[in-house]
Order: sequence, then C-alpha cells, then structure tokens
Amino acid sequence: MKIVERVKALLGRDAVLEDTGAPDGLPRVAPASPDAVALLLGTAREEGWRVRVEGAGTWMPADAAADLALTTRRLDRVPSIQPQDLAATAEAGIGCDQLRQQLADRGAWLALDPPGLAGRTLGSVVATATAGPLRHGFGAVRDHLVGVTFVTGDGRLVQSGGRVMKNVAGYDLTKLQAGGFGAFGVIVLVHLRLRALPRVDQTLVLEGSREDLSRVADDITAAGLTLAALELFSPALARRDRWVLAVRLAGSAALVGAEEAGLRSATGGQFSALRADEAHAFWMRAAEAFATRPVTFRVGGLPDSSDDLLDLIQHQVGDEWVSASPGAGTLRWTGETTVDRLRRLRRTLAAQEVPLTVERAAWPLRRAVGHFGAYREGVGPLVAGLRHTFDPGNAIAVAVESEDRAG
Amino acid sequence: MIDHALVEALTQIVGERHVRTAGAERATYAKDGLTVHRRLPAVVVLPGSRDEVIAVVRLLAVHGVPFVPRGAGTGLSGGALADQDAVLLVLTRLNRILKVDPRNRVATVEPGVVNVKLSVAAAPHGLLYAPDPSSQSACTIGGNVAENAGGPHCLKYGVTATHVLALEVVLADGQVIQLGSPGGEAWGPDLVGLFVGSEGNFGVATRITVRLLPVPRAVRTLLADFPALRTAGEAVSAVIASGIVPAALEMMDHSCIQAVEDSVYAAGYPRDAAAVLLVELDGRVDDSVAADAASVEAILKDHGARSVRTAVDARERERLWQGRKKAFGAMGRLSRDLVVQDAVVPRSSLPDVLEAIGRIGERYGLTVSNVFHAGDGNLHPNISFDGRIPGLRARVDAASGEMMAACIVAGGTITGEHGIGLDKLRYMPLIFDGDSLTAMRGVRRVFDPAERVNPGKVVPVHACREWAGVRNAEFQARNAEVGTRSASRGDGVSSSALRVPSSAVGS
Repeated sequence: MKIVERVKALLGRDAVLEDTGAPDGLPRVAPASPDAVALLLGTAREEGWRVRVEGAGTWMPADAAADLALTTRRLDRVPSIQPQDLAATAEAGIGCDQLRQQLADRGAWLALDPPGLAGRTLGSVVATATAGPLRHGFGAVRDHLVGVTFVTGDGRLVQSGGRVMKNVAGYDLTKLQAGGFGAFGVIVLVHLRLRALPRVDQTLVLEGSREDLSRVADDITAAGLTLAALELFSPALARRDRWVLAVRLAGSAALVGAEEAGLRSATGGQFSALRADEAHAFWMRAAEAFATRPVTFRVGGLPDSSDDLLDLIQHQVGDEWVSASPGAGTLRWTGETTVDRLRRLRRTLAAQEVPLTVERAAWPLRRAVGHFGAYREGVGPLVAGLRHTFDPGNAIAVAVESEDRAG
Repeated sequence: MIDHALVEALTQIVGERHVRTAGAERATYAKDGLTVHRRLPAVVVLPGSRDEVIAVVRLLAVHGVPFVPRGAGTGLSGGALADQDAVLLVLTRLNRILKVDPRNRVATVEPGVVNVKLSVAAAPHGLLYAPDPSSQSACTIGGNVAENAGGPHCLKYGVTATHVLALEVVLADGQVIQLGSPGGEAWGPDLVGLFVGSEGNFGVATRITVRLLPVPRAVRTLLADFPALRTAGEAVSAVIASGIVPAALEMMDHSCIQAVEDSVYAAGYPRDAAAVLLVELDGRVDDSVAADAASVEAILKDHGARSVRTAVDARERERLWQGRKKAFGAMGRLSRDLVVQDAVVPRSSLPDVLEAIGRIGERYGLTVSNVFHAGDGNLHPNISFDGRIPGLRARVDAASGEMMAACIVAGGTITGEHGIGLDKLRYMPLIFDGDSLTAMRGVRRVFDPAERVNPGKVVPVHACREWAGVRNAEFQARNAEVGTRSASRGDGVSSSALRVPSSAVGS
C-alpha cells in the first residue's frame, strides 16, 4: 500500500492535504490531534518512513529529504487561557499572530517577538528557540515555557513540566525541546508563562552610524534601564538610510515614563518616539525580513563583544541584513552565503567561545553544516544518545548531526 | 561494598583528612535538611579541587562504585544521601569564586561556593546573584544547580535555571565536558537547561558560570495582615492578575507567625493575623516603584487586608525578611520533627487548596504551618510532629499524600524547588505517565549508562509504562470521583484522596 493510502487508512482521508502538497511532491499529512501525531510517527517507525516536520511552512524551507511531511497546522487550538494565573496552553500549530490576538482579548501577553512572518507557528518558535528583540527584557524562548508535550520519533507521547509557574519534578525535557530543532520529537502542546498586556508600549528610535549607536547602546546598558528591547538594526533591516538603534519600553505608565526619562537623560534626549502603528510596522518588517532571505543564523557572545562580533560578521559574510542586541550579546544575520563561508565563520567564533546556530537554510546547506556544527569534545555522543533515545529509528529528518564532526 | 584498597586509593587522591570512614563521621552526612530520611554512606570523600573531583570520579568509574554528589546538605528532599554501597562526594571545599566580570554581568564559581557569598562578592560592582533560597547563607551554588533552586525573589527574576549560562561537568565515567557558553547561548541543544535540576543524576558540575543582575536602586517592602487565609490567597491572585510583578510575594499563616514571633527571629508580625503577605517591589526608579507599591497596597486592602505596613528603612526591611527566611528554623521549635512539602498550584487555586490543606491537617490531628512563595503558587505546608510517638509518622505520611493529591487535583505539581530526591519519588507516577518516566530514565542513561550517580533518585525504578499506567488510571478514577463529590461541597478536594502505593518507591 502506498504511504498516502496507508496514512488515510490510519488517520482518515482528510488528514492528507490534497491541495497544498509539498513542492517536492511529498504527501503532506496534517494530524488533527496529539494522539494522531503519535499514531503517525509510531507507524512511520514501523514502516521505516522518514518524516519531515513542518509548521505553517513560513520559516524553515520545506525541503528536507523524507518520505512524507507532517504539518502541525491543524493543531491550532488554544485549550486554556488563564489570565488570572498568567498561564495558557496552546497547541503547537497555532499561528503566533492568532495566539497573540486571543491572549490580548483576555488581557494577557506572551512576551516573545520571534523573527519570521506573523503566522509562524508557536511550535516552530519553540523548536528553533528563536527569540526576537524582547529577549533583552523578558528572556529566551525557554523562559516563557512551563511545559511541553511532544511525540517521540517512535510515537510515544511524552509530557514534560506542567502548567504551573515552578516545577522541578523530573528532568527538564522542556529545555531540551526548546531549540532542539525537532531532533527529540514533535512538539504538540505548549504550556506558557504569560504577562499582563502592558498598559503602555512605547518604541523610540535613533538613527546614526553603527559606531555612534554602539556607543549610545553602551551608555544605555551602563545606566541599567529597565527596557523591553534594545536592538541595533542595519539600514536594510530598518528600511532607513542609516543604522537604527531601537528601544522598546513596556509596562505600567509609571514604569515607562520613568524609563523614558532615564533613556533621554542617559543619551542626551536624541531618540524620537514612534506612533503605535509605526512601531508595529517597524518591528514586524524587521522580523519578516529574516524569513525572506536564504540563510538566517544567530550568534551569542558576551555583551561587550557585540561590536567585535559585528566587525567579524561584516568582514566574513557582510552586514547588510543584521540586528544585534547589545545588552544581551546576541546577533542575528540573514542573507546569502555558502557552506565554506559559514564553516569559516563558525570556526572563528568557536575560538572565541561564541556559538553560531543556523536557524534556517536550505536542506543541503543545513545538512552540510548542521544547525549547530561540530560539537565540543564529549558533547556529540550525548546529543547522539539523546537523539537515539527520542527517535530510535531516526525517523525525523533534522540536521543536528552535521558533516562537521568533532566531539 | 567499598573495599579497603579503594579507600586507600581515594586517600591517595584527596589526602587522609578528607576521607571519612568512621561511623560517627559518616553519620554527620546521613541526613539533609529534611531529617526524616537517613542513609549512612559507605565513605565520605571531600575533594579540594576540580582535578581531585575528576580523579575520584574516574577511580569510582573503574571500580563501578556508585556515588552521590553533595553540597552543604541543606536540601529538603533527601536528594543528597548515599547508601551503604556508595561514596558521598562532598564538594564544599571547592569554594572559590573564580571570576566576577562586572562589565558583562557574569561570574564563574566552583560548586561549593555558598550562595550568599557570590552576592557579597558582586555587591561592590552593584550586582547580585538573584536566586535566594531561604538557606542561602549555607547552601551552595552547586546544590542550587542540582535542584534548580528557587527562593522568594525568583517570582520576578526566575529560578536558578534562568541564571546559569555555562557549566563544566564531570560525567559518570570521568569525562569532562563543557556545556553552554558565557553569553548564555546554547551550544547545540540546551544541555545546560537539561542539566540544571537533574539532582546530580547527570554528573558533577565543577565550574558554573552564572548571570548577575544589578542591585535594584529602589525597594518597597509591604507587610499585609489578613483575618482569613482565604482572603490572603485571593489577594495574591489579584496582585498577579494586575500585571504588576513584585520581586517577591510571600505568605505565612497563623501557626508560622506564632513560631517566628516566639523565636529569636521575631519580626514584629501581627500575632492575631490568620495570615500575612510579605510583598516586595523593586526597580531602578523610586517613583515608579512607589506607584506600583501604592497600587499593590490598594489591591491588598480591597481584598480584605486589615492593615498594610511599609518598611520605613533597610533595617526594618531586613527584619521582616529575617522572619520569613528563618521561618523553617523557627518551626523547628514547635516539635522534634518536621516534614516540609513543596507543591505548586495555579495561583488562582491558592484559596481552595490552602483551606483543603487545613482540613487535612485537622482531620489527622496534625500541626500544619504554611510559609511559602505565594506569588508562584509554590506551597510549603510543614507538618511538625514527634516521630517517637507510635503511629504518628504514619499519620504524617498519609496526610502528606493527601495534601499532594489536593495540589495535583488542582492542576499542580509535586515539587517547585526542593526536588524529587527520595522524598517525592513515590508521587512521580501520579503526575507522569509511564512513557514520560521511561523517557526521563532514557535521558539519564545517556549521561550515566550504569545509573551510578545518585542512584535511586528522581525517576522511580518501576517506571515501566504498564505499571505506571495502572497507577495513573487508579489515580484519575479516584480523583474524578473526588472532583464530582467535592464540587458539590465546594471545597475542591476530598477527604478520600489517593493512597500513594509504597511500591512506587521501587527497590
């Protein structure tokens, strides 16, 4: 029996999407429940099928070599929003824009602004741990998770964490899933830590040369301001003629007022405030740009290395499309590059104890260099062991073990 | 068993003074902060350096001997206890702060550094280490990493996992690996996040790089006094829902207040209160912190606070906090033995769960005191008792099980910061099914195939899906019944809570 017929027999005819087939002709399967995902992957293990996992198809190129594509797009429910507990549970296939709206309707806010298009799925954001500029004020993706439920490559439904704000029961498999690129299973359900929708959300920007803005960013960091975001954008990303340093303030009127005053005091009052619609468009356009070029990667160094990292990036792959969070030491780049250039950049960064994570790229490139590259001594066997634990048949097509092997 | 030749070899590595074999010496290490569990280790070894740790672990690997890493022994789950066939690896001599980098706000320490000493070292730079367990003047950062320790100020700043950036780890076979990066970006999958809170099962952290935070310039500490536990719980929910994130939001009930006020840690809490809330707000600018404090004060009064007192200076603030942080010690005066629970519930469930816990205590005739991180919904019902009284320990165990059941039924979990250790092992199958427990055990075996590091902790041995499936089915059926019954009574929990099978503890 062909795979399509087998899957239809398993999950029902409507589980196989007819009209939005994958570009490479793979059957695309959209299970409607976590149990259906488990059933599909269990069967894939038995049949020896290789499975490509997709969300909305707006972030990672849908091109990994596989026998079928599993899309989470029908897992788009939000079973629970508890504004009084600032907690929610959402299925992995919900679009971030839809989730954001549903939360806002209840006065709640998920303080994540991941790169990519507005409809990018929550599962994709968690699996790739792609936080945006709000990481400065509210932490990495993992800091917003209190638990996940995932399906292993052989079809076991595994629960990690819970729905409450603190939880040390058992090993923290949620951390393994956040940024695991799906290597350890398919995330189906996410339990989230929320914040109250900020009463005031203010964006201020300053244009200038990269060097001048870096100095301003240093002054802001030294002042110890409570910022939601502090992000330096290249001109192309900001759609301006010069580099832009953007500051986002979010919270109560008293907090935002005090921090804006502090910002102006620390920087000589040079920033200009954006209207709410301008601010929305500014952040959205920058986020979307990272999904429209062939390769996107992030690096994470120490805050005081931010300038040096930008120099290095400029020298080795160009700095046309780049943003940096000077306070956090993280940097995201997008554009065109080659396997050799990425490998060389990664080697240089590794010598400085700075990891480079390929967030999205065409399959041949990410297969060659891997999302993480060569692991440090002794770590490679652990990752391989974990991969085997959660996907013993190697059913999930993912590039966490690159051709660049070391440890 | 540990043979004489192995003891000799250990002595060669760390020196005679640092290998303890005499019964009285080993007895010192037979308990942790939760004294109801006792295990006598075969040998106690205290290495003085990273290299000695590596040498000891490699020697034990060659001999296939289990070992248990331990910090100051202040844990509250029986997690750092070693059996007669295991070596206890005490890390308190690795107590150097290796680096404080104020520009990047990071520090690197050895595992035996006492928590509060890092903040003391960072203070001249205007920085602090945020996780602040109540035992912070004694507990070690290595222990905090093992347990993913919390503390009052983790409400705003996050638990230990939020602050650990990189680790050097000695695996069970003696191999040394580097995890994470100084900037906090994971280097590959987030193995730092996975390691933190693994209760020593994945190896020994020998170097720990953590994030430091600026010391807040403005602080307001409020003490609110409530005539009923329920209204105090409702006030907590209202503060959280308001969107203001206090640095800390702690609750103490009447029994706890009496214990503190009768002790040398008396803080001036109102003795006639059914509960007090200690709320701290902090930030960079005094005006905005004052505005938030005023809003919180209004919320507390709207929800039944008889009075709200603001600490007028740092001295009064310290006094209020001392009462809270020493509450466990004060409760030691109530009776000979103390069982400390550590459940977490959704914050909106606090009023119902607190009342249910009170009823369970009354029904069993036990003294229950509550002192806990209310803002996180992290409960610490403490049962004071005299374990010498025949039958009392069994009643305490039964009551503890019912309290846990009440928290699970409310959508909570069995530990928020103390860890599973030995103490909560029996509850694990009640919140995780067989597949999830099997997956955890699989992860453990990736790091430690022979399961020699801290054996018998965290994941119950009988974790097969068939076994656990039966247990969970029983639990769900029982509590479905409980839910139906209690709904009609309106108390959210039941007197017929589950009995946790002793077989869950494993062999």
